[in-house]
Amino acid sequence: MLAMTSLELARLQFGITTVFHFIFVPVTIGMAVFVAVCQTLHHRTGNPVYERLTFFWGKLLLISFAVGVVTGIVQEFQFGMNWSNYSRYVGDVFGAPLAMEGLAAFFLESTFIGLWIFGRGKLPPRLHLACIWAFAIGTVLSAYFILAANSWMQHPVGYELNQMRGRAEMTSIFAVLTNSTALFAFAHTILGAFATGGMLMLGVTAWHLARGTAPDVFGVSVRLLLPWVAVTALATMLVGHFNGQLMERQQPMKMAAAEALWDTQTSAGFSLFAVSDIAHNPKHLKVNIKVPNTLSLMATNSLHGEVEGINDIQKRYERQYGPGEYAPIVGVTYWTFRLMVGAGALMFLIAAFGWWRRDRLPRWYLRLLVPAAALPFVANATGWIFTEMGRQPWVVFGLLKTDAAGSPTVSSAQVVLTLVGFTALYTVLGVIGGRLFAKEAAHGPAPEIPDAEPDRPDLVLAY
Amino acid sequence: MHDPTTLQTIWFALICILWLGYFVLEGFDFGVGMLVRFLSRSDNETRAMIHTIGPIWDGNEVWLLVAGGATFAAFPEWYATLFSGFYVALFVILAALILRGVAFEFWGKDDRPGWRRFWVWAMLVGSALPALLWGVAWANIVRGVPLDASGAFDGTLFDLLNPYGLLGGVASLTLFLAHGAWFLSLRLHGEIETRARTAASVLAPIAAAAVAAFCAWTIVRSGAEIVPTVLCVVAVGCALVAMRMTPGRAFALSAVTILALFLALFAELFPAAIVSSGPGPDLTLYNAASTSYTLTVMTVVAVVFVPLVLLYQAWTYWVFRTRLGASDFGPFEKLRS
Repeated sequence: MLAMTSLELARLQFGITTVFHFIFVPVTIGMAVFVAVCQTLHHRTGNPVYERLTFFWGKLLLISFAVGVVTGIVQEFQFGMNWSNYSRYVGDVFGAPLAMEGLAAFFLESTFIGLWIFGRGKLPPRLHLACIWAFAIGTVLSAYFILAANSWMQHPVGYELNQMRGRAEMTSIFAVLTNSTALFAFAHTILGAFATGGMLMLGVTAWHLARGTAPDVFGVSVRLLLPWVAVTALATMLVGHFNGQLMERQQPMKMAAAEALWDTQTSAGFSLFAVSDIAHNPKHLKVNIKVPNTLSLMATNSLHGEVEGINDIQKRYERQYGPGEYAPIVGVTYWTFRLMVGAGALMFLIAAFGWWRRDRLPRWYLRLLVPAAALPFVANATGWIFTEMGRQPWVVFGLLKTDAAGSPTVSSAQVVLTLVGFTALYTVLGVIGGRLFAKEAAHGPAPEIPDAEPDRPDLVLAY
Repeated sequence: MHDPTTLQTIWFALICILWLGYFVLEGFDFGVGMLVRFLSRSDNETRAMIHTIGPIWDGNEVWLLVAGGATFAAFPEWYATLFSGFYVALFVILAALILRGVAFEFWGKDDRPGWRRFWVWAMLVGSALPALLWGVAWANIVRGVPLDASGAFDGTLFDLLNPYGLLGGVASLTLFLAHGAWFLSLRLHGEIETRARTAASVLAPIAAAAVAAFCAWTIVRSGAEIVPTVLCVVAVGCALVAMRMTPGRAFALSAVTILALFLALFAELFPAAIVSSGPGPDLTLYNAASTSYTLTVMTVVAVVFVPLVLLYQAWTYWVFRTRLGASDFGPFEKLRS
């Protein structure tokens, strides 16, 4: 590992810490909104089943949130630690949505989740319900601001370059916050988060239904979750499609690399399986199985539309930005894209089938739902690896290359220390958190939720 | 050297407020995190202690995240130099905050004694390290660290571990311990309250001594510059008076001590962002700042959100104002369905 440069190590660290953090983020967002819906249903109907659902899923939500929070702190500081040149270059623009995320979202989330956990019985039921909604809104807001920041790296807008200071400077916060890339990324990510939380809860629900524990509660749960996942997974794919078309215009290299499309083509087919030499950019494919015309249709809305290939974009960029390699690692973009789309499509098909057969769910189907809970995690991880590695060699598209973005004063030994440290800590956290989640999930919902006593601490959610 | 503009000064003040808020609030929950290991004699006492900060510690920690984010937005050069420079110290702080954050959440999830003991230790270590290192870090920012000509940090962790820096760390550590003990004396009842009061009365003089030593050195180092000197005197005065007060007043006074101590450091630092001990010049706020457009945008955002945050966080403290004790919690097993 010491043979790697500090930049490569820093990239590895960013990848590991971000993908790990993003295991918990979409679970938290999806479950928070679902728990808020369950509590609202209980508030409206008084049906105790909804209350049992609220606190069963609520406890699982809290485990996910705890790990998400603590790993999120690292995200906030990592830019300055490992990417100080990046921070100096983009801070004027990129820092604003980050600071807004803290002020508008983190405070809201952290304060109201505390009120929700410890406030049952101390707050009137309506106010207690409002707390979980404030928390859920906080998680969604947080996603918006951080995606606005990330989208500026994909498609910089609302800035001008200050050559003298060597940095980008913001000229319009409105442009940054309404960046088309941000709006599509937000819709895609939030819907994906709803589907992720839903799929995970569906797995737990199916596990209990197959065993026959608390059939009253999980019968209601499955009827809520099947349409929830089917609709959100389908919507994620639809938004993803338009997201792809936008990317075709804004980052054509990333889309060409997603398709391993080397030469510009009209009536381009969508590749299902391809093999090439192992190389960063092998320039051609050996085997390629395609569905005719589909890529042209998806990218341009026409069966015969022209899709620009990697080799042509490379030449264009060399003229525009000077000599260099402008393609990402095509093997990575090609396969992560397929895994993301494949996992998403499977989620939709599985949930839609269950929704169709909701009155008599076959046993094999319930068994299938348990491992199927892994699908959204595959889609989330590969989706982020695709979008971040697909942007390379740029860290800010067209403005700043990744190899100029690191911390010059941080040695590779220092990055090794933090890389090993965070990875070890995260592994332990992942194992402990995962086991606690599984234990609580297997435990099932409480048979009844005791009334809260206003003058005693309530322990339905608290520890 | 350019003087900072009005907007830059406002943002320096705002970032100072965020750090001050962080130290006053997280200061006592660091203290509680450290004291659980020493004060609690049963699971329910531990539970009562965790419950005193359970609803609020996460919100307190967000003050740090926002201080970091605001520094990134308002003074990117400051953020970049500080965080890449204090690399190893910051890594230790982050690892500690991770450990302690999950400790509060996971402690009650299993009732095996080994599990409980492990997380209580995690609370202790996870709270003590940042409590110490924040003091070390801020003392060094003011004392001066090696900066090169481009304004980047050109040193190692060992540059931070000098006597003045370490004394700053001891001052913040003992001060947060005493602050936490006074907080617990206010928020607990029963036997555990008595123990918390005893701890506070032992810790308060130790904190006062550490604060006095650090402040004396700070005054000497600054050449008795008027504003830091006055603030240092206020800090020491409050720390001394707190020793003879009832928990409520003592807690308020230890909060003032924390505010005055760090304000003294910020006042001495201004108008620099980081003092350089060579070979390069100080990193000034003027040179570290974002454009006035970005600062204006962020000012509007801060004016809208900061009062709102203060309002709902204050309300949270009001909601959870009743004292807690071991007797408020029944046997743990009964709570599991």
